Amino acid sequence: MSRHYGQMQQYSSNNFHDGKSAETRNLKRGEVSSGTTIMAIPFDGGVVLGADGRTSTGTYVANRVSDKIVALHDRIWCCRSGSAADTQALTDYVKHYLSQLCVETGRLPLVKVAASLMRKLCYENKDNLMAGVIVGGWDPVENGSVYNIPLGGTMIKMPFAIGGSGSTYIYGLVDSKFKEGMNKEEAETFVKEAIAHAMARDGSSGGIIRTVVVTEDGNKRGYVSGNELPYGPAGW
Amino acid sequence: MSEFHGNSSLDEAPPGFSFDNCHRNAMIEQVAAKSNSVLPTATKTGTTIVGMVYKDGVVLGADTRATGGTEVCDKNCEKIHYMADNIYCCGAGTAADTEKTTEMISSQLELLRMNTKSPSRVVTACTLLKRMLFRYQGHISAALVLGGCDVSGPHVYQIYPHGSTGKLPYTTMGSGSLAAMSVFETEWRDDMSESEAVELVKKSILAGIFNDLGSGSSCDTCVIRMDGTTEVTRGAVAPNPVAPLRAAINRSSKLNIGKGTTPVLSTTFTPARVTLADVTVTEMEQ
Repeated sequence: MSRHYGQMQQYSSNNFHDGKSAETRNLKRGEVSSGTTIMAIPFDGGVVLGADGRTSTGTYVANRVSDKIVALHDRIWCCRSGSAADTQALTDYVKHYLSQLCVETGRLPLVKVAASLMRKLCYENKDNLMAGVIVGGWDPVENGSVYNIPLGGTMIKMPFAIGGSGSTYIYGLVDSKFKEGMNKEEAETFVKEAIAHAMARDGSSGGIIRTVVVTEDGNKRGYVSGNELPYGPAGW
Repeated sequence: MSEFHGNSSLDEAPPGFSFDNCHRNAMIEQVAAKSNSVLPTATKTGTTIVGMVYKDGVVLGADTRATGGTEVCDKNCEKIHYMADNIYCCGAGTAADTEKTTEMISSQLELLRMNTKSPSRVVTACTLLKRMLFRYQGHISAALVLGGCDVSGPHVYQIYPHGSTGKLPYTTMGSGSLAAMSVFETEWRDDMSESEAVELVKKSILAGIFNDLGSGSSCDTCVIRMDGTTEVTRGAVAPNPVAPLRAAINRSSKLNIGKGTTPVLSTTFTPARVTLADVTVTEMEQ
């Protein structure tokens, strides 16, 4: 596979550029995609997870208020991107295995363990899946932590993670605005701002922003409606 | 003591997609290509199906046209399928797939009701459907709008052929879904009354019937209320009646064969001879 100067390296081995993202090209006809922008940042005492609300079939928006942040366990959550069917099935499996593990060990699972389970499923079935997930949560050992598991099934622990088709538009923004040691409010504002910017530029992301703040004491679900976004396409 | 075999439909299903018929299908296609014959197309329900939640329950609606390619196979088919007394499911896609999938899950629900002695929940039906559809990786072309009322309230789900689901207050599926959704997005509100909800559903299905080629004929509705009552109305709106079209066709009177045209030559009556079998009773050993 030859590399041309200036061209982005593709996930797939065919090199033609038809303007579609790697995700759109690998979707089967009629398959529903969580086009998406997803993001997660740990802070001192927990994690903030965020996602947009758009699920699309081709050019039609199948669900404009979808919930892409799923609870894998009491304090472990996961953001889904890629094929909606594949990620829904994956999260159901991981939820099931995690709950079995908790019965056997008798204690709260570690975020690392949940992410490893997810990674195992994603890697071993990589030929049949199209799923990019971000696993984030709180556990008594690491406090807040975030693991990014993109398309092939790699698992990397990161200081913050972004994913989905809309994430490509905000790499510059998050790289420049991120700083270590953010507190809960700063992290939440950062997530909402970044996702709003991605939604303004990516056709497959839009609608609303859903957030979940996970701490030792509990989970708090948040919601920003489409007319209250911190940044809109016209620069409101 | 003989073994009790549990119901196989609840047991582990065979893993993966069954490719048994793919070889046969390939052979048929080869033969058809050589002899220039036209293969029959699967009957699809082009379709407009909708579902919405209102104050005291759920209203589902569907059109009644079934197409095979560009031909209308059935002008009055039923797209609202029974799942349980409190759960109904509208189906779009391949007619056979939606019919059989909903039947299968309906029987699984009934067995579960017998085993748990409690009424079915909509989320159970949704999970059973999505697990099955995901196993078949989208080859079962069934796009469904599932609606019902259970102990936790009224619910509407949308289920796609690949196995993804979404829970929404109102949803539309099928080729006419865009036309129907435009009506819903304009007029749906939270906590509508039953009459308003039924009117809105009829309006959205009519939008599909008149603006989508794959949908047509009439509109069926199904109201499922929280108090446990259900009302399925076939032909709630019928803007395309067939009777005047049929009446306008002039047929020769020779084709109307009245009673008595064929003369009866003779009549004989022979009663069937039935012998009662020998009945013996043997007591079981205690």
